[in-house]
Amino acid sequence: MKRHLLSAADLSRDDAELVLTTADEMRSLADRPIKKLPALRGRTVVNLFFEDSTRTRISFEAAAKRLSADVINFSAKGSSLSKGESLKDTALTLEAMGADAVVVRHGSSGAPHLLAHSGWVRSSVVNAGDGTHEHPTQALLDAFTMWKHLGESRPGGLEGRKVAIVGDVLHSRVARSNALLLRTLGAEVTLVAPPTLLPVGIEGWPVETSYDLDSVLPKADAVMMLRVQRERMHGGFFPTAREYSRRYGLDGKRMAMLQDHTIVMHPGPMVRGMEITADVADSDRSVIVEQVTNGVAVRMAVLYLLLGGSEPSIGETE
Amino acid sequence: MCAQPAPEPASDGRVVLDARDITRALTRISHEILERNRGAGDLVLLGIPSRGVPLAQRIAERMAAVEGYDVPVGSVDVTMYRDDLRMKPARALLPTQIPAGGIDGKVVVLVDDVLFSGRTIRAALDALNDIGRPKAVRLAVLVDRGHRELPIRADFVGKNLPTSLVERVRVTLAGVDDTDAVTIQGVVGQS
Repeated sequence: MKRHLLSAADLSRDDAELVLTTADEMRSLADRPIKKLPALRGRTVVNLFFEDSTRTRISFEAAAKRLSADVINFSAKGSSLSKGESLKDTALTLEAMGADAVVVRHGSSGAPHLLAHSGWVRSSVVNAGDGTHEHPTQALLDAFTMWKHLGESRPGGLEGRKVAIVGDVLHSRVARSNALLLRTLGAEVTLVAPPTLLPVGIEGWPVETSYDLDSVLPKADAVMMLRVQRERMHGGFFPTAREYSRRYGLDGKRMAMLQDHTIVMHPGPMVRGMEITADVADSDRSVIVEQVTNGVAVRMAVLYLLLGGSEPSIGETE
Repeated sequence: MCAQPAPEPASDGRVVLDARDITRALTRISHEILERNRGAGDLVLLGIPSRGVPLAQRIAERMAAVEGYDVPVGSVDVTMYRDDLRMKPARALLPTQIPAGGIDGKVVVLVDDVLFSGRTIRAALDALNDIGRPKAVRLAVLVDRGHRELPIRADFVGKNLPTSLVERVRVTLAGVDDTDAVTIQGVVGQS
């Protein structure tokens, strides 16, 4: 039975398209006077956040509440996690409280997988970002945003579209999930980064790579800028921030090289002046704020498809 | 709710309404709605996907021909309001499109292909509750096959079709399917 969403690779083409079309219906809810649907009435969703996050946690919380689920927020700070409780004991507590879904963010890659397959909990597990591994719902909201702008909101709409993902790929769970999902949806992904910020084994990813941003930009339909994750860096990956910005930052001059329909994306949080300049982030091409709005709709779709029926309609098969 | 999304060939069923019968029934329903409502003012037609939507559009076309006035048409998906949501795998949502004028203070006519247990309509009434407050809600169906499980009735009926519970009523509509037809099929091996 399918129960979890741990990796963007868990989603087949049909699953991913189903999430997108469902999210499209969920998005129209925002225009209605009563922004609530009854689909998850009586179900409990636990947001289990071992790592700091504002937008992802709020987004999941809003999504679950709009579907009428009960939401319990559980963050590492101010809970027994900070007193040294293990993941296992936390999981057993959640199980005893009757959680139907656990949305988990963890600093260690693979923690959601452990939670899902340990037998500690019977609930569905949704990966909300684990270490430098994956962040599947972010990939889904990015794909949804591209699908609305470039894919005419129809099945197969992203087929053959060119997406450039630029920056700190090495530390980015967003890049990995996006590469996997966009490939599933038929788009062509090019990862652009300095050699030091591309992971080992990148040859095995279903992507092209480039060290030269200026040669990639004119062909791209969507450009996704990644934050340089200095908190995960222990060493010199590039000489100076200024040199990084000059070679891999998106500024007004580079933006002028883009095709007319090309959109600029960023998963947030942005560092203005580093990977993206303020005039680009605030330009008409930027869909960064829209990505946040779409995040709620996409997470509603995921929660509905995992929990709404007697068994999930998407995700990993056990 | 018994119109199946992917109809098998209609050859194994008995055709009870053909394309001309359906056209006549929809024309009569359109006139009845206008007569009952004393014109097309305040009317909003909401089809229940999937086959209620083209039916609502056809009724609106006929009303436009008679009244010279475009009645707003939309759709309301009831999937998440169904009482059997928890009993099957989560289903794909269908489009909900509320006309720009909304439904507050309007006379909403729900349009569906087959009225059976009444549970779909109950779900639709719940869905409307979250969308606005209509002045009145009416129900138009192409076929009423009986066997109600809730105190719900249709205001406008294309054809009353007495059926047995083991039979299946199928509505096909040009645009969604190949042809216009309403057929009754017995259970395999019985008819």
